[in-house]
Amino acid sequence: MGSMAKIFKENTTKYSMVIALVGIMIFFQIASGGILLKPLNITNLILQNSYILILAIGMLLVIVAFQIDLSVGSVAAVIGALAAILIVNNHVPVALGIIISLAAGAVIGAFQGYWIAYVRIPAFITTLAGMLIFRGLTYVALKGTSIAPFPSSFQKMSTGFIPDFFKGQGLHITTLVIGLILTGLYIFYEISNRKTQRKYDFEVLAKGLLIVKMAAIIAVLNIFFYALAVYKGIPNVLVLLLVLIGFYTFLTTKTTIGRHIYALGGNEKAARLSGIKTKKVIFLVFVNMGVLAALSGLVFAARLNSATPNAGSNFELDAIAACFIGGASTAGGIGTIMGAIIGGLVMGVMNNGMSLIGVGIDWQQTIKGLVLLIAVAFDVYSKSKTI
Amino acid sequence: MAEIILEMKNITKIFPGVKALNNVNLKVKQGEIHALVGENGAGKSTLMKVLSGVYEHGTYTGDILFKNKLCEFKNIKQSEHLGIVIIHQELALIPFLSIAENIFLGNERSKNGIVDWNETTKKTIELLKKVGLDESPKTLIANIGVGKQQLVEIAKALSKEVKLLILDEPTAALNENDSQNLIDLIAGLKTHGITSILISHKLNEISKIADSITILRDGATIETLDTKQDHITIDRIIKGMVGRDLVNRFPPRETKIGEISFEVKNWTVYHPIIGERKVCDNVNINIRSGEVVGIAGLMGAGRTELAMSVFGKSYGKRISGQIFKDGKELHLNDVNKAIKNGLAYVTEDRKEYGLILIDHIKGNISLANLKRISKGGVVNQNEEIVLTEDLRKKLNIKCSGLLQQTGNLSGGNQQKVVLSKWIFAEPDILIMDEPTRGIDVGAKYEIYTIINQLAKQEKGILLISSELPELLGMCDRIYVMNSGKILGEISAKEASQEKIMAMILKQGQEV
Repeated sequence: MGSMAKIFKENTTKYSMVIALVGIMIFFQIASGGILLKPLNITNLILQNSYILILAIGMLLVIVAFQIDLSVGSVAAVIGALAAILIVNNHVPVALGIIISLAAGAVIGAFQGYWIAYVRIPAFITTLAGMLIFRGLTYVALKGTSIAPFPSSFQKMSTGFIPDFFKGQGLHITTLVIGLILTGLYIFYEISNRKTQRKYDFEVLAKGLLIVKMAAIIAVLNIFFYALAVYKGIPNVLVLLLVLIGFYTFLTTKTTIGRHIYALGGNEKAARLSGIKTKKVIFLVFVNMGVLAALSGLVFAARLNSATPNAGSNFELDAIAACFIGGASTAGGIGTIMGAIIGGLVMGVMNNGMSLIGVGIDWQQTIKGLVLLIAVAFDVYSKSKTI
Repeated sequence: MAEIILEMKNITKIFPGVKALNNVNLKVKQGEIHALVGENGAGKSTLMKVLSGVYEHGTYTGDILFKNKLCEFKNIKQSEHLGIVIIHQELALIPFLSIAENIFLGNERSKNGIVDWNETTKKTIELLKKVGLDESPKTLIANIGVGKQQLVEIAKALSKEVKLLILDEPTAALNENDSQNLIDLIAGLKTHGITSILISHKLNEISKIADSITILRDGATIETLDTKQDHITIDRIIKGMVGRDLVNRFPPRETKIGEISFEVKNWTVYHPIIGERKVCDNVNINIRSGEVVGIAGLMGAGRTELAMSVFGKSYGKRISGQIFKDGKELHLNDVNKAIKNGLAYVTEDRKEYGLILIDHIKGNISLANLKRISKGGVVNQNEEIVLTEDLRKKLNIKCSGLLQQTGNLSGGNQQKVVLSKWIFAEPDILIMDEPTRGIDVGAKYEIYTIINQLAKQEKGILLISSELPELLGMCDRIYVMNSGKILGEISAKEASQEKIMAMILKQGQEV
């Protein structure tokens, strides 16, 4: 029994935010009379939060490296404006326009990264300046008005769905098939992971527990894809998100550059004395943030189908909050991509759920603020218990 | 007979794994200058921290009697209230506040929370006159030199109506002139009835002004000498400081010394902030393969600065000189290059510079050489586990597993992780800076064994240590360093603690 309790305790701290997310979802599901998890609303949830989640991925790397970026909302806005000027006003082909926009994001990231990494201006100051600079430039570029509409191929990035190759009636078959394929991949991953762990004589989860865990994940996965299939299938932006999550999870956990970022955030002096080029790593983290901020700006512009001067306001705060709710450390060196995503979903579900049950925007802000405070306080508390 | 102002009886203070003080006794007479001497780590600073309440009552055993009253200090404030003031080696002044603000910091001349600046300035002028410092009370601390800052510290102590003044290495960072001024000032305070305890390595100063000298060694009181009754020579003090029985604390080693594999020539380094101060002055050293070479010296001699500046210029400014490895000149402009060229530096400060404390053992060990286990930027984590586990076993790191956080390990095991990290990097030359600082005797022996094994693999080892017995027990050859200069080298056979100490301290006398 003791070991059962121990496993339970360990996992509650590890998965505390997952549990919180599930709790919040159940609460709003009941409070909204079942609307929250309706297929249409699930799709909406993804569309509404995609740009924040994209930012949260970049922001996680920034925060793990013990930096901060306050400029991402403004960068998203200025890139949205740039894309509109290129694609709408000057009829640049959509693909080329997107590539130029992402490159511009990289340049902005490099600009800020230069001041932070090489001139040693604190990131807080540099990106605070960036927040003003790029918001201002957005106003300049748009001359205070919106530019619209984008060509439909551009809008599809945010509002489109993947086509159904099986032409299902009222049910998106391709979506279901993809759900099954992912299920297969997941089972394969768990089994091969267990095998390698056995090979190195690591402790493995008891068979019964593993089956329960896998069954739960498979069930959630397939119900999720079924819900999507009932509506219009998989949104394009979800594919984009999954690719990004996969890529950055790989980057943070399996690559040398990932290791360098965590080491740098954990102890910069020790990292430097271990031969890590700390300045270069910080610089690259900001370049990456610039690209993802640009991508977020494009997705947002595509969703609104226009570039507006106030696009992206407060995005930075949501992205930062997502990382911290997801367990990233304010002292750097700790945090995961999945954590940031879950943190972002907590915020997203709260937003959506509160709107569904008719909580006004005024109270929404207040409640979100409290959730951030409680989430981080809980995290700090549970960590102080385990160490 | 003067009465006793302070008596510390049977003070014992235990840190995890180390007995820092073992039944220490200290008696200080009213109005005298009492010197406290001993090697680094002998327990001087710890004793003074016990006295001033930095280590609160209850964390040590034994009694403190001040003016015949039993004292149980919970914090510094309480000891200061009785007039016991300690001035630490690292000055506790705030650089961007003025002299007056610093002197009355935490002790402001105020009424109802509003500072009376006129009163503050007036008092400051009086105090500055007392310590002989000719500066405006409004001058910022950042704009005056270390010598003057030391005087401000003393003025601050005087403002608290000090009865017993403790000075921890007050002249360590001062030049000869400033030192002399300070010594004169301390002698002057005696006439005002202020008792002083002076901790110092500069035995020539001590023999000049101290009335009594208490010698500590390995956390125990050895003797108290009265300079008035007997004529005390410096050699007599040194003998008290180092004269211990050498037991077999070092594993034996067969030495097989090869050719010169690493050489540093005409190496000069300037302080990164105090631009005109040379921390290494024309240093020339060499290491042969399979050789363990020691650098002896007191704290602040420039040993760490030498090591770090050689290791990819990670310390200092305006570095000049040449580095040769196997006869080829190297230009090591960053740490990465140094590591690539087969250098490793085991830092003296493992928590600050050596480890990522929030990361696990595995991640720390592989950090300096991820290339070894990665392909195209992707880390092979299975390979990593195999290799780090191998090192964990070889170095006998006691832990719950490779995934234990290094922050939760004991000092000795943390040090082994740092060593593993550099062994993992596969260097030819290892610079080890105080590798056994703050770890217990058993772990020390294990680390000595590792050093011997590395030497056996024909690696060259540079061992920096403040513990002379360690250098004598481990090294084939020892360089003696002081104030940034190499004073000379002694082979292990000829070396003795007395000889090395005499070399260091006599240089101090000559200047």
